[in-house]
Amino acid sequence: MHKFLIRSFVSSLVLLFTFTVAAVAKDVKAAFVYIGPTGDHGWTYQHDVGRKAVEAAGFKTTYVEGVPESADAERVLRQLANSGHDVIFTTSFGYMNPTNKVAKEFPNVKFEHATGYKREHPNVSTYAARFYEGRTILGTIAGTMTKSNVIGYVASFPIPEVIRGINSFTLAAQKVNPNIKTKIVWAFTWYDPGKEAEAAKALIDQGADVIAQHTDSTAIVQMAEKAGVYAFGQASDMDKFAPKAVLTSVENNWGPYYVDRVKAVANGTWSQKDTWHGIGDGMVVISDLDSQMPADLRSKVKKLQADLASGKVHSFTGPIYDQKGNLMVAEGKTADDGMLAGMMTYVKGVEGDIPK
Amino acid sequence: MIIDINFIGLIIASIMASAVPLILASCGELITERSGVLNLGVEGMMIIGAISGFALMTVTGSLIIAVFGAMLAGVLISTIFAFLTQTLITNHVATGLALTIFGIGISAMIGKNFVGIPGKEFPVFFEGLKDTIPLLGPILFGHSIVFYFAFALPFVTSYFLKKTKIGLIVRAVGDSPESASNQGINVKLVRYACILYGGAMSGLAGAYLSMIYTPQWIENMTGGRGWIALALVVFSTWNPIKILIGAMIFGGLTIIQFHMQAIGVRIPVQFLTALPYIVTIIVLVVISRDSRKIRLSTPSSLGKSFHKDN
Repeated sequence: MHKFLIRSFVSSLVLLFTFTVAAVAKDVKAAFVYIGPTGDHGWTYQHDVGRKAVEAAGFKTTYVEGVPESADAERVLRQLANSGHDVIFTTSFGYMNPTNKVAKEFPNVKFEHATGYKREHPNVSTYAARFYEGRTILGTIAGTMTKSNVIGYVASFPIPEVIRGINSFTLAAQKVNPNIKTKIVWAFTWYDPGKEAEAAKALIDQGADVIAQHTDSTAIVQMAEKAGVYAFGQASDMDKFAPKAVLTSVENNWGPYYVDRVKAVANGTWSQKDTWHGIGDGMVVISDLDSQMPADLRSKVKKLQADLASGKVHSFTGPIYDQKGNLMVAEGKTADDGMLAGMMTYVKGVEGDIPK
Repeated sequence: MIIDINFIGLIIASIMASAVPLILASCGELITERSGVLNLGVEGMMIIGAISGFALMTVTGSLIIAVFGAMLAGVLISTIFAFLTQTLITNHVATGLALTIFGIGISAMIGKNFVGIPGKEFPVFFEGLKDTIPLLGPILFGHSIVFYFAFALPFVTSYFLKKTKIGLIVRAVGDSPESASNQGINVKLVRYACILYGGAMSGLAGAYLSMIYTPQWIENMTGGRGWIALALVVFSTWNPIKILIGAMIFGGLTIIQFHMQAIGVRIPVQFLTALPYIVTIIVLVVISRDSRKIRLSTPSSLGKSFHKDN
């Protein structure tokens, strides 16, 4: 009973505090549009973690989940804009056109579109994360930790985001171990635990002793745990799902950006921006490094992380060749953002073809 | 690539593991359909089983409670379907579809608090015997109780329908509910029982996914396996042994296409991904060509409502 009283007292204090902060922040309301369910423990889940950070900062938020990238998106956006939301985050690539269209009709509402490139109106900003920087770290670890020199990679769909990840991963792995081979298996799904587990199993049966993934569920790290090989967590820290297998995870961390932008709206300092943040700005976070990694590898990774953050090291530094041996990036140069955004060719050392 | 006999054994074992949920759900649905009821809600019942099993395992910590709870959840949700279609005489197709949509929705709602929690390890049998026999070792040993149950089920189901009195009653009700009713069989009671049994098996199939195969909960984790189970029942022409064959081919091709990708076979990946669906249908159609047998095994009153006039 005592505890209950204390707890209710504390929670009412927290509530009171939240309301006060919200009142100070001129009641700015933020809305989030999600492609998937918040329960996917992947892409949408991480955006929702970001939304909760906005809420914790004292702002009111709403979200709509499972919105198809069709005319439905427009309808949802219009409704959110009409119902007094000051800033709307649209968190999937396919919302690009609906976002710009509705933004034109509501010049006083700010729109933030994730992973797109169209900013047709002054009230539209775009933002994305440089996940490939995280994959440079994973590649370095994989290339060092593999004994069979075969690294498995479960991919989702052949789009630049995924190809860029495979390339960045392979380049880093080759740098520490020129003998490695990256075997890619396309699952053609973002999340289907059964299928992802089967894809990982096939790679493990074929001799891969480190598995990387660009799909969202935790089935792959669990399969790796069962089979006694290494793996990396995707989108969130997956260590608790496979404590022995997971060496580290690349986390999507949208919270700080969301809080920043909502605060900017509240202060009246919001302006159009194109944001592509990586490790340096904290949008891409590397989870704790597992103690199974040798100490010198851990310190090497820490240094690489710091160098990627400061810009001293770039994931795509020349010379980089494609599979046919054509030069993609010259020696001493780094790939520019335009090239990264449209990357649709494998670098040398990746096996197989990109599905057309 | 290492091709030795144990490698083949390992592949066959993973194919069998992926076939388990299909066999369970199909054999359950087969009994339901043999009694003349078409329940399109398999996907919905499976996902309810998946979340119920996972939630009970997390909350109570008991795997036995979780497995039986998942089956009970399947029974409960199929009771809704049974009440609507048998007592209120609603359309089977529409009600079944509604059941699937309902199941997906309510499982997501219950599941909100269970996202991101790792599952528990499920006990397996004879793990130590795996390496004693080449090829057969990994196939026969080191699996969960649900796995062994699933591979016994088609044979038990076949025996039940062919050789037992209750099996005969189920078939009679499915083929001619009027005659069965005139013989003093309570058609509605039989159909209720068959629907509830189908629900229990779908619930178990879902629990296998969320507790054993990929121990975790995420929304929509059944990923359309309920629909594949439904298709297997039809293409196997309501024959449990053919369901087993179909499920193995489907699971097998899904896994082999990943192996082909990893080896680097230059076949378009999209084609490989579609392969399991295409080949399973072709094979089942080919092995079920005998039209006389199809007529015999197709429940004549499938999907038709039965209303006793009195």
